[in-house]
Amino acid sequence: MSHGMKTFYNGTSFGRDEIPVPDNDTFFQSVLDAITSGWRVCSYFGIPNAAGATLYCIMSSRAGSGTLGITSTSVGRSFPSLAAACPQLQMFEREIAEQCLTRPEGHPWFKPVRFQKPLCDGKGFWSETDGGGLLPGVTDFYRVDGDEVHEVAVGPVHAGIIEPGHFRFQCHGEEVFHLEIAHGFQHRGIEWSLIGGPTMRSMHLMETIAGDTTVGHAQAYCMNMETLAGIFASPRAETVRGIALELERLANHIGDLGAISGDTGYLPTSSFCGRIRGDFLNMTALLCGSRFGRGLLRPGGIGYDCDTAIAEEMQKRLQTGREEITQAINLLWSAPSVMARLEDTGVVSEVDAREIGLVGPAARACGLNRDVRRDHPFGIFRMSQIPVITGSSCDVYARTMVRWLEVQRSLDFIDEQVRHLPRGGYQTKMRPIAADCCAVALTEGWRGEICHTALTDGEGRFERYKIVDPSFHNWSGLELALRNQQISDFPLCNKSFNLSYCGFDL
Amino acid sequence: MANSIIHIFLALVMPPLLLGVIAKTKAAFAGRVGAPFLQPYYDILRLLHKGSVFSTTTTWIFRAGPIVTLATTAVAAMLIPFGAHPSPFSFQGDMILYAYLFALGRFFTMAAALDTGSSFEGMGSAREATYSCLAEPTLFFALITLSRLSGSYSLSPMLVNISFGVWLNNGAALLMLVGGMFIILLAENCRIPFDDPTTHLELTMIHEVMVLDHSGPALAIIHYAAALKLFVLGAFFVHLALPYATGNPYLDWGLFIISMLELAVVIGIVESVMARLRLIRIPQLLVAATILAAFSTLLVIR
Repeated sequence: MSHGMKTFYNGTSFGRDEIPVPDNDTFFQSVLDAITSGWRVCSYFGIPNAAGATLYCIMSSRAGSGTLGITSTSVGRSFPSLAAACPQLQMFEREIAEQCLTRPEGHPWFKPVRFQKPLCDGKGFWSETDGGGLLPGVTDFYRVDGDEVHEVAVGPVHAGIIEPGHFRFQCHGEEVFHLEIAHGFQHRGIEWSLIGGPTMRSMHLMETIAGDTTVGHAQAYCMNMETLAGIFASPRAETVRGIALELERLANHIGDLGAISGDTGYLPTSSFCGRIRGDFLNMTALLCGSRFGRGLLRPGGIGYDCDTAIAEEMQKRLQTGREEITQAINLLWSAPSVMARLEDTGVVSEVDAREIGLVGPAARACGLNRDVRRDHPFGIFRMSQIPVITGSSCDVYARTMVRWLEVQRSLDFIDEQVRHLPRGGYQTKMRPIAADCCAVALTEGWRGEICHTALTDGEGRFERYKIVDPSFHNWSGLELALRNQQISDFPLCNKSFNLSYCGFDL
Repeated sequence: MANSIIHIFLALVMPPLLLGVIAKTKAAFAGRVGAPFLQPYYDILRLLHKGSVFSTTTTWIFRAGPIVTLATTAVAAMLIPFGAHPSPFSFQGDMILYAYLFALGRFFTMAAALDTGSSFEGMGSAREATYSCLAEPTLFFALITLSRLSGSYSLSPMLVNISFGVWLNNGAALLMLVGGMFIILLAENCRIPFDDPTTHLELTMIHEVMVLDHSGPALAIIHYAAALKLFVLGAFFVHLALPYATGNPYLDWGLFIISMLELAVVIGIVESVMARLRLIRIPQLLVAATILAAFSTLLVIR
């Protein structure tokens, strides 16, 4: 069943004329049908034009077939909203309204997403609010009324060194009734500046979408560029990319495990993980000189080769890293007071997680068996699979446990890959990219599914380059996790998701 | 006279050292070198050299908060005997004054927090009020037990009276009292598992969130008063748990200082090996402390 969509595989490109353009009713019905039968939305965006916008919807089929689907339609100044029936679409529809100035009729939660300027000329829907809908956080927040209800506003300036975001809690005593999160403070206009690309700067923009997911986003961009140019990265390059992706996952997961431990006030694991995270960042630096993997991935291959000396050194460091992290994390599991904090905190039910379309470790902790590395394999993961880890308790404990198990699987993976680095070149010469083409790349960053869609015009330039960071799917999950929880557990829930603000704000 | 001077000197100078020892212990458990022992002194000095910022929405209550807290804690420090030496001031019934001096200081801290009109500080005040209500009965049961054991209503005779002989006769009662008072010591001083004094997460704090708006010298006063409170309550606890007395006054002072440092190490260890409690669990532990203290009272009254 393709639900009237063009089906294709991850990391491939096809002519834009192959994308079906059904009428509005067929389009929305097929999206609805696909979601009902278990498909999931990866990306849903518009390209503004004089009359309205062209909407593109990219969906992932149910696990097993490995296919993706794309369909599109032309709409005027408004289109019917499906958010009430399919909550996973709600943020995408608001984004379309904000970027393309076309209104999702009947949207139950019609608010700005990033308080950004539209991609075309015109006035946004929120121009009557102060700041013309362009000042982040200036909007009508949901309110609970009553004598005993109070509102707590946190951010955008926080006490810790974290990114800016605004949180509104509607509380009854210590209990949270509702949490609303406002973003947009980090909006840099990345998608806007990619229109007309690629340029020399495009690669660097990709590496800074979310600084801690440099490799994940760079991988997706490289996949798109390579398929549009009709070239392939060498097996050696693909292997090193896979190693870098897993190193990124390791460093961030270990940092998160330490941060979760620190938020419960349990210092030993927190301190050890802080240091060990640095060791894993240094392994990425071993590959390319940058602790965050900047400059490692380049369209056509990798920027720096991984020679035998580096591979041997990495193997040695992995061994010590594995021993140290195992000790540090075992301390955490053996402290009953920590377990008491983690269990039953911040529960997102499996049904809710499926409805809002969670991705990554947050989804897997709710028992959703989804992982791009297995469902839509790319790069080295087409040859070497990493087992998917799922949890079942849907709480902070499950998210912590999933992270720890993923750390172990990633360690095994890197260990194996470093031993068997394919020989051969590491760079393929880049060629100009194809005109009138569409390319979609999905990768599994450490936060979850990253989706990049490139649509080129007649001259081989980006008409639109759409980026979906996993945080875009998952922030609503955090909002739900706080329902009927203690407000004092918010930092812990927040850490267990650890979502990106700048990846969301673009 | 010499004892009084040493008493006042120790009360003035030693409290921040306890914080330094706790921090060093925690660092050792976490495999770090940690800040120097004297870091809390440097911090207080640094803050004293800074300017203050006062929100225009606050009134004199906000400024009075730190000063009243320090003053009440300092008076309490004069009432409590350190080690085997009686306190500089004592009178019949000073145990009631001792208990309510802390309440007065807490009242002003909470009023100053509410004065800012911030939702965080309101939450912190609500938490502090709730938990201190639950902590107060334990202290009173402890005082009743001690006055029953010593036949006095004054802190000095009550506490100096405790010796290994008293432990031999009332071991069970004192053991429960030590358990209850240790919980109260941690709760009143905002240590783990009740509160995390090092956290930066304003939504989880209890004490720290109430003083978020204070800066410069006012914050230095708050830090110093908090250290002094730990010292004063710690001195009370040390009397119960480690009632050493040799008869030689200078040796006794030395023993007292060592006992206080031991206590700081124990607090550091507790903070290192366990996580914070969930806030809704805190009342349960406080009630457990009250029950322990109540049973110790029952045992000595029977």
